[in-house]
Amino acid sequence: MIYLDLLLGFLRVGLFSFGGAYGAIPIIRDTVLSYGWLTDEELTYMIAVSESTPGPIMVNLATYIGSTQAGFFGAALATIAVVLPAFIVMLLVMIFFKTLLKNKYVQAILQGLKPCIIGIIFATGIYMTGNNCISLRKNTSVDVQAVIITAILAVMMFGTRAIWKKKISPVMLIVISACLGIILEG
Amino acid sequence: MKKNMLFDLFFTFMKIGLFTFGGGYAMISIIENTCVEKKKWISHNDMLNVAVIAESTPGPIAINCATFVGYRQAGFPGSLAATLGVIVPSFTIIYIISTILNNFLEIPVISNAFKGIKIAVGILILDVAVTMIRKMPKKILPCTIMTFSLIAMFFINIYSWKISSIGLMLTAAAINLVIFVMIDTFGRKGGTKNDLS
Repeated sequence: MIYLDLLLGFLRVGLFSFGGAYGAIPIIRDTVLSYGWLTDEELTYMIAVSESTPGPIMVNLATYIGSTQAGFFGAALATIAVVLPAFIVMLLVMIFFKTLLKNKYVQAILQGLKPCIIGIIFATGIYMTGNNCISLRKNTSVDVQAVIITAILAVMMFGTRAIWKKKISPVMLIVISACLGIILEG
Repeated sequence: MKKNMLFDLFFTFMKIGLFTFGGGYAMISIIENTCVEKKKWISHNDMLNVAVIAESTPGPIAINCATFVGYRQAGFPGSLAATLGVIVPSFTIIYIISTILNNFLEIPVISNAFKGIKIAVGILILDVAVTMIRKMPKKILPCTIMTFSLIAMFFINIYSWKISSIGLMLTAAAINLVIFVMIDTFGRKGGTKNDLS
């Protein structure tokens, strides 16, 4: 039942995504791949579309995936599901438990969750970057153009902070990466 | 009056949803600008608090902020109005795009551009990880959990194991909770200071 899958899948994304949009992508990726909703290529496409349209990226992704999987109601359902945990948790914190987040057991749970999430995000980042350059699954082959693009983008992302003390914006990096893709892969 | 407030919340957050690109942290500055400086709905201090709460609660940061401001102004209906307001623009735009653009990826120029974008997304995720690691307390337990999750997730990715990341997270949370409770109940008697804060 696609509606139930969308509901459960995106409730899961909404409930376990910490660390903003790119922090949520590993969880979203894990969910959509395991349900077989999208391939890695399609997901990348959607991330780029979500990034270049206004609004929270997680909401955009949920709407997009819901819509392509099950039309308007799918989109509405996925969007509500991804938002609901944040909405409810925030209300609970405000109404009942102003000190909930300071509770030592809640803190212990959060302190355990966070490093794990960081590990998951890191692993997914390494895997995605590595997989673009070297095909890890089939016969190991190196994609030279991809390695060049990766090197340029990495210098831009991690180098700009060292020089100007200000990071390059995600939108800018994506625009540059698209141009590099057209020039080098074409 | 109350009704006006609900409309005001809805349309203000709709505007915020419509004009912020790049999600989360970009949105915080716009919300700060609108709700603190222009509308004076909440104080700057409140805004900082929301940002902290938003970080330790799941979900899109914009939703956390909208719920907070809405509830402050007009209770539960207010939180609903603000949250819906922030979602409506993205929902509408993305829904329309998803019905129009379908076979976009088959155009060669576009598909080459996306090969580049795919690399950028990987780098952006790495950047989030690096930023989070810098902020992480450098203690044995969190570092161990981090390393184990990293290795486990890496192999899950490579070999497409049927273990979900959620399972990993729940395990990590449970282990940390158990260790915390153990230190909390037995640790003090032995006089060992625990580093788990």
